[in-house]
Amino acid sequence: MPTDTLPVVPVGEPTPDEIADGALWRDAALRDDEYVRACEMLGRRPTWTEASIVGVMWSEHCSYKSSKHLLRTLPTEGPHVLQGPGENAGVVDLGDGWAAAFKVESHNHPSAVEPYHGAATGVGGILRDVFTMGARPVAILDSLRFGPIDGDGADVHATRRLMAGVVEGIAGYGNCVGVPTVGGEVVFDAAYARNPLVNAMCIGVLRHEELQLGAATGTGNPVLYVGARTGRDGIHGATFASIEDPHGRERSAVQVGDPFREKLLIEACLELFATDTVVGVQDMGAAGLTSSSVEMAARAGSGIEMDLDLVPVREPGMAPFELMLSESQERMLVVVKAGTEHVAREIFERWELDCAEVGTVTDTGEIVLRASGEVVCRLPLAMLVDDLPERRWPVERDDSRLPKLDLAAVPELAAGAAGETLLRLLARPTIASKRWIHDQFDSMVGAATMIRPGSDAAVVKVHGTDRAIAASIDCNGRWCSLDPRAGAAHAVAEATRNVACSGGRPLAVTDCLNFSSPEVPHVAWQLEQAVAGLGDACRALGTPVVSGNVSMYNRSGDIDVHPTPVVGAVGVIEDLAHVTRSAWTTAGSLVLLLGATDVALDGSEFLVSEHDLVAGGAPPIDLALESRVQACVLEAIAAGLVRSAHDCSDGGVAVTLAESAIAGSVGATLDLGALATRDLRLDELLFGEGASRIVVEVDADRIEELAYIAARHDAPLTQLGRTGGDDLVLTRDDAPLLRIPVTELANAWTTALPTLMNSEPHA
Amino acid sequence: MTSVAVIVFPGSNCDRDAARALDDVLGAGTATLAWHAETSLDGIDAIVLPGGFSWGDYLRTGALARFAPVMGAVRVAAGRGVPVLGICNGFQVLCEAGLLPGALLRNDHLHFRCDEVPVEVASSDTPWTRAIAPGRTLQLPIAHGEGRFHADDAVLDELVRDDRVVVRYAGDNPNGSARAIAGVCSAERNVVGMMPHPERAVHAWMGSDDGALLFESLRLTLAAGSTDMNDTSELELTGAH
Repeated sequence: MPTDTLPVVPVGEPTPDEIADGALWRDAALRDDEYVRACEMLGRRPTWTEASIVGVMWSEHCSYKSSKHLLRTLPTEGPHVLQGPGENAGVVDLGDGWAAAFKVESHNHPSAVEPYHGAATGVGGILRDVFTMGARPVAILDSLRFGPIDGDGADVHATRRLMAGVVEGIAGYGNCVGVPTVGGEVVFDAAYARNPLVNAMCIGVLRHEELQLGAATGTGNPVLYVGARTGRDGIHGATFASIEDPHGRERSAVQVGDPFREKLLIEACLELFATDTVVGVQDMGAAGLTSSSVEMAARAGSGIEMDLDLVPVREPGMAPFELMLSESQERMLVVVKAGTEHVAREIFERWELDCAEVGTVTDTGEIVLRASGEVVCRLPLAMLVDDLPERRWPVERDDSRLPKLDLAAVPELAAGAAGETLLRLLARPTIASKRWIHDQFDSMVGAATMIRPGSDAAVVKVHGTDRAIAASIDCNGRWCSLDPRAGAAHAVAEATRNVACSGGRPLAVTDCLNFSSPEVPHVAWQLEQAVAGLGDACRALGTPVVSGNVSMYNRSGDIDVHPTPVVGAVGVIEDLAHVTRSAWTTAGSLVLLLGATDVALDGSEFLVSEHDLVAGGAPPIDLALESRVQACVLEAIAAGLVRSAHDCSDGGVAVTLAESAIAGSVGATLDLGALATRDLRLDELLFGEGASRIVVEVDADRIEELAYIAARHDAPLTQLGRTGGDDLVLTRDDAPLLRIPVTELANAWTTALPTLMNSEPHA
Repeated sequence: MTSVAVIVFPGSNCDRDAARALDDVLGAGTATLAWHAETSLDGIDAIVLPGGFSWGDYLRTGALARFAPVMGAVRVAAGRGVPVLGICNGFQVLCEAGLLPGALLRNDHLHFRCDEVPVEVASSDTPWTRAIAPGRTLQLPIAHGEGRFHADDAVLDELVRDDRVVVRYAGDNPNGSARAIAGVCSAERNVVGMMPHPERAVHAWMGSDDGALLFESLRLTLAAGSTDMNDTSELELTGAH
């Protein structure tokens, strides 16, 4: 490379030699060996701007360097996959020319230090990932994990404030931007006390022909910067996310969101996409202008040149590295066909948003940046996206972190204590009604919501069709901590089962892998096992992974979060008549358990609640059976046999039955004796957890049809009794276990969270 | 063909929902989206100010939207007796613009609240409630953080006395509104504002189709050939000729 094209060093920045001599690369989040590698690849020492760009592109957050080799093993293809991983979001075919774009992403570290804006910008970011694909966002789901909020003490109060802030942040952003928050899960566990998990999933709807991709093709095409201006917020946000202990970092690394501007950006972008002038588009998310420009050019195999003096800014005097690393929100990079710039400019002007031509597409395979007329950065794209350092951290299972369960040492549940135990479990924050949270979210804007939060899956109608999307987001982190492979498989099984229970045929999943530091060998083992488990289940259930996100270094002090591979499943309901809820609908129906009957107390909510014990493995899971059970419930729903269906998960069958009774305000008299295919203890029978189990309510006259379908799918079917009356009555081989008025169950379930959050429950 | 303008402010987010509901209930092509910068709404039979967060609800809900050019046209149309319905943020805008009395304050429990609530129709004497018997309870969605209706006692007494409380929360008061008021109308009765979202309740699959009754009312009103209830005498006179 001729020396006259070498980048210059802007005034006030360290020179390449100063960076080398002072080991300043560490401030750009480069490890020592990575800096050496960067110099070798470049054939010279990088400038500060270049080092910053390399540092952020090689960060765990952007490069997936510790997980890439594992993610490659996941199934990503299938007949209905229109776009797999690698773009801003995955896209699946919904039929009739319609498609759904979706993805889940984490905003854990920002939410830990600045709950409101951390959570809000998490929502903003995932929305942009989806509408970037040309889809109109139609649903948000959240997966939230906090430390305990029951009890007393400074930590508990801090967690309540944190949760209130996160909920308000999601509400503040999602409600304003006008995308309904239709579902999600909220889990409380000491493992998340100092490092909460805030994962947001967005689903958008588009016609097949509306799909937009993030490739900067066409030499000479202009590169437009649209949306909000760039400020100094969120600089090093991506590297921050790649470093342990969020509390050691500064709040200034957290971005501030403006949902109003995002709303304008959505409308302006969708209007622009409809003009057919757009070549490629990408949101400026993690690592802002850097990742958007680099990834778009790299996908196209082109090059990109930008003049940083043309970037709209909130304040003067920003250095090139600040402009490139800023994570100011609500910004997009768009490549349009040369000569059509005016189309974008007019649209964005009308929506009162900035639109600046900041560069052009080249064919050099490089990213070249200018400032004040001089080249300040010249880097080969290959080094930033292809030839990334991969990290294979040592993998070693630490058996001391996998406590065995000695059930014989756990005192048996006395028959007379079953009722009070059920009431206590219903009031556990993880199991209790989440209305205190969900009522703060607008779950109906868009006027398409068919099932609001609180049933198994959320259901959103696709306007202009008789189809709907069913979606659910799930993971049991405790199971994953005890057996990451089975736990991750359970996450896929539960999310897809929830979709099936609602009448949806699961199509694909998105995953958010929340783990502690991969540099801890046991955590590296958890990650390896969990990804294997995801792959097992996705292959068995025919639901490929089409998008996802990895969030590592989720630890604070000595506490590692549970390995938490959150899975968001999306399915299609082909006939609105198939939409099915978890609430019992009427008295006189038959109640049956469809599916597996073997359960375990390993890692159960019951053991934590009643014995303060986290031990054992994960409950057994037979993926072939899971697949048959889901196919069976779907066929039964399509045949019009199912009045309600409810996945049996946290708290076991007793809690599941209580939830359906509460939701439907109807009691039932049920005998659980037939569920004990082996010599089950009472606590196992009532509160044991397992996979592949669905409580179904059917018209008594049509039981034979259901039995026929179940037999054809080789899915076990156990009749429990009938709905009716004001009480939930459970017996075992006719011996009474409990009798509780549904109103009393409802009271325990609904008042728990509002009471803890010090507020009145809604009537 | 009936033509209803749905105003689009920057940050409106129920504009498309309202337009779809109008088209579904009153026939395709009924609704047209009208940009906030429009200065004229000539030829429009009715106007809907939709829900959302106009200008981000910055400063105060509806406080910036009232200055939008289109509000001049809304005011003129309202003065001519054209039926105007403000839903949620639209209600807040109409109050800020002085087209409706009172103000909408932060919910008493300080949280945004999304729910489906029973709402009693207190007055049928508006173009938007004409098809609904007084006292009938509708199941309608709400979704707001600032929905607590407030006015001083004299104004509240006047609203009650003049039958200008159009809808009232029938069950639990979800936001602490004075006298459980969910919606009111102007002295001339053609401008109505309400916090509940009828456009989210026009099909059984939405959970309720009670909201369609408001749009059916508009159809009746427009079919009657007069948008101003006070004009009925004139209609009768004309008929006598």
